[in-house]
Amino acid sequence: MADIPANQATLTTADGVPLKTKLRQTQRRMKMRALGLVLPLLAFIAVTFIWPIGLMVYRGVDNPVFSEVMPNTNAALARWDTQADEIPPEDIVAIVARDLAQARRDKTMGRVATRMNYDLPGSRSLITSSARKLAKIEGDVVWTEEMVKIDKRWGERKTWMAMRLASERYTMAFYMAALDRTFDEDGNITMQPEERQIYVTLFLRTVWVSLLITVLCILLAYPISYLMATLPLRTSNLLMVMVLLPFWTSLLVRTTSWIVLLQKQGVLNDILVFIGVFSDEGRIRMIYNMTGTVIAMTHILLPFMVLPLYSVMKTISPSYVRAARSLGATPARAFWKIYFPQSVPGIGAGSILVFILAVGYYITPALVGGESGQLISNFIAFHMQKSLNWSLAAALGGILLGGVLALYWIYNKLVGIDNMKMG
Amino acid sequence: MALPAYATPLDRIWHYGFRIGCGAIFVFLIAPILVIIPLSFNAEPYFTFTAGMLRLDPDAFGLRWYEDIITNEQWMHSIKNSFIIGISATILSVTLGTLAALGLSRSYLPYRTALMGLLISPMIVPLIISAAGMFFFYSNIGLAQTYPGIILAHTALGTPFVVITVTATLVGFDHSLTRAAQNLGADPATTFFKVQMPLILPGVISGGLFAFVTSFDEVVVVLFLSGFEQRTVPRQMWAGIREQISPTILAVATLLITFSIILMTGLELLRRRNERLRGLSPG
Repeated sequence: MADIPANQATLTTADGVPLKTKLRQTQRRMKMRALGLVLPLLAFIAVTFIWPIGLMVYRGVDNPVFSEVMPNTNAALARWDTQADEIPPEDIVAIVARDLAQARRDKTMGRVATRMNYDLPGSRSLITSSARKLAKIEGDVVWTEEMVKIDKRWGERKTWMAMRLASERYTMAFYMAALDRTFDEDGNITMQPEERQIYVTLFLRTVWVSLLITVLCILLAYPISYLMATLPLRTSNLLMVMVLLPFWTSLLVRTTSWIVLLQKQGVLNDILVFIGVFSDEGRIRMIYNMTGTVIAMTHILLPFMVLPLYSVMKTISPSYVRAARSLGATPARAFWKIYFPQSVPGIGAGSILVFILAVGYYITPALVGGESGQLISNFIAFHMQKSLNWSLAAALGGILLGGVLALYWIYNKLVGIDNMKMG
Repeated sequence: MALPAYATPLDRIWHYGFRIGCGAIFVFLIAPILVIIPLSFNAEPYFTFTAGMLRLDPDAFGLRWYEDIITNEQWMHSIKNSFIIGISATILSVTLGTLAALGLSRSYLPYRTALMGLLISPMIVPLIISAAGMFFFYSNIGLAQTYPGIILAHTALGTPFVVITVTATLVGFDHSLTRAAQNLGADPATTFFKVQMPLILPGVISGGLFAFVTSFDEVVVVLFLSGFEQRTVPRQMWAGIREQISPTILAVATLLITFSIILMTGLELLRRRNERLRGLSPG
């Protein structure tokens, strides 16, 4: 090496390419190869999972009904100067009336009526009957007069404002409805009428129940994790089976067992009657209500708290507590000042995991929750399957998703995805 | 944790009280699962212990509900469906997930954290949201109420588990082994199957088991995506609990518990083997 002058050309490979360039090429190729390995799964997840969920969130703002069924209405109503005119002027009304009549002839009226009914309850019949009558009118008439004659609600500003909002191509109405808010006659955001305010309460209830379950899980998981972490490995492995068996058992099996245990004629009631806690008539119903949901979900989510807590407690050295004790601390003080702070990361990881899972839970509340034990997921399912208000379901889902992702982001900051352990 | 000889009476009370409390929590964990097993042998159509069962009268027990599973066409059909869907989804997710994990375990992979986040997102998103999103999308492209639709959905839900377990196995992987193989003239495929695969196999299998259980236990997506023809065991149980509650569910539940014990044992054995291979425990 000594005979190569310092200023001579850089080192090259056998084929004369500078070593630096060659190295960069190789590294580039390695990066590409690693990316190539990840690509098939990435494409798969993107198509089968991320894209559908993106579409769902989009569905919450998408509002295609009017533009498909009554194509001229939106543009016409947008021209309406809401400050100057109480209701739209005749030329706009004429366009809407012709659209309505056309929709009636195309037999697509139902979609518009349903859509309008979301924003203006009770307007379904208004739309269908008006469209039917409008379709029979031939020739030139004063449409405003005709429509008011058909139904006097067409003379009200409220109806037209609702239609104007419902006809927009994209709308925030569903997301606002998911938060119990709506547009008033002048297009301002206001609260829904009292009797229709359910979702904010429901979101709060979901958060509150999830918090309760998280706290219960901490209270139950902490002692047994502590016990398992301090017992000899052989014994603690045996106890671990009792945690892992429920973890691996089908969710529906566990839910079924809780029904068997808690129902009025169930095992627990039988035992309580047998030992005389209460009479045969005094059986209490512990399921198909909020109690049932909380008990069953705590049981189902408990392993998710035990596992991270146990793995953190395993790493806490007993010598710190011994040192504290030998320095004169009482057992309680030694635990609280020395042991507990070291176990906090485990509590944090477990809590966020349990909370995230609880917030989105569907199966258990649906099966054992009865009427009072329903959570937000159950309403999403309700709007998906029963009321068929898919846009509202999408908006509720979008809000829930946003919340979960935010929590997940915190979890990732605290624990890291890579540290997630299973089994 | 043993009680020292100098323990005061208060220490003793606390010590045993704590253990009794822990015992109660363990009972809470395990009792619901154990209660189901004897009840599934009930000769009567009740969900509680009959007087005869408590007397251990042999006539009070029977295999009636197990016979019901075998003779009931719907149950047999759903068991078959669960296995078809579970196995197909597992094969797909293991293939895709292992490949991706190989890429993700390279520290020089660009955007590694972001990619990891995207790939395990199916595990994070609440199932009801996944189900709703998939329902809209799969209906539009004609995959709703078909086997391929459910298999694809379950594959997506299962891959995060494969990615996580295989990546974890690869953390301790010595990459000089593959370089040595390549140096000795092996092509990438031979290197993978002869050198890498045998070493990461425990991780791959346990990831596969996770993926299988995910599919086998999944009901929310099936509720939205499946038609009557594609009913799986959990879907059938769901219907059983909601519509026509019969102790047959308890028999199915017992079978599923047995099944999960087998899976759990398998996983534990794999974990031990993995630790032995990586020299983490003397074995």
